[in-house]
Amino acid sequence: MLDSVIFYFFAGTAVVSAALMVTRRNAIHSAVFLIATLLATAGIFLQLRAEFLFISQIILYVGGIMVLFIFVIMLVRLDVPLPQIRSRMQKWIALFVALAVGVEAGVVIFLARKVPGQGLLIPNPAPAEKLPPNTEELAKGLFGSYLLPFEIASILLLVAMVGAVVMAKKRADAP
Amino acid sequence: MMPIGHYLFLSLALFLIGAIGVITRRNVIIVLMSIELILNAVNINLVAFSRYYGDVTGQVFALFIIADAAAEAAVGLGIIIAFFRNRETVLADEMDLLKW
Repeated sequence: MLDSVIFYFFAGTAVVSAALMVTRRNAIHSAVFLIATLLATAGIFLQLRAEFLFISQIILYVGGIMVLFIFVIMLVRLDVPLPQIRSRMQKWIALFVALAVGVEAGVVIFLARKVPGQGLLIPNPAPAEKLPPNTEELAKGLFGSYLLPFEIASILLLVAMVGAVVMAKKRADAP
Repeated sequence: MMPIGHYLFLSLALFLIGAIGVITRRNVIIVLMSIELILNAVNINLVAFSRYYGDVTGQVFALFIIADAAAEAAVGLGIIIAFFRNRETVLADEMDLLKW
C-alpha cells in the first residue's frame, strides 16, 4: 500500500514535470522542470532499493549535469522570444511518432503477462528486508565482473572532458 | 511490491515525452535536455529489472549510462557554445552549414 502511494507520487511528479519541461518556452523553466523530473526519478530508484543510484543520480545529474546546462543557458543569449514549434506539421509528426511507438510498446508490455512460462514479468522479487547491502553489491559488480567497462568509462570521460575544453575554447587566431 | 509493468509504463511515458521534445523543440539546449530525459527513462527500466531479478548488473549498467550522459552533455554543450560564438544562435533550423 505505502509502496504504491510512493510510486504513484514520484511517477506523477516525473511525468507532469517532464511534460512541462517539453512545453515551456523559457529554457530556464525547462531546466528547472527537468531537475524536478530527475529528482522524482531518484525517488523511484530509492523505492526500488537502489540507494547508490539514488544518491549518484542526485549528485551527478542534478548537481553536475543540470548545473552545466543552466550555466550554458545563462551564457547563451536567448532573450528573443522563439516560436516554440517550427510548424504545425512537425507537431503532428511528433504526436504520430509518439503514439505509434507508445501503442506498440504498450501492447507488448501489456501482452507480456499472458506469455506462458517465464514471460516478461517476474512474479516474486526478493522482499526488501532480505536484500544484500546495495552499495556493496554494486561495488562487487563494478570492480569485479565489470572492471574493464569501468576503466573504459574513465577514458570516455577523459576524452569528453578534453573535447569539451577544446570545443568551447576561444581560438587564438579568431578575428 | 508493485508489478513491474508500472515501471515499464512510467519509463515508456518519459521516453515518449523526451522523443516529442527532441522532434518539436527548436532550441538545441532543450533538445539536449530531452535526450537526458530519454536516457533517464532507460535507467528506470534497468533498475526495475535489476530489482525484480535480484541481480545488480542492471544497476551497474545504469551507472555507466549516467557517466555517458555526463560525457554527452559536456561535449554537446561545448559544441553549442562554439556554434553560438560563430552564428549567434542556438536554433536547430539555423544549423544548416552542411546543407546544400
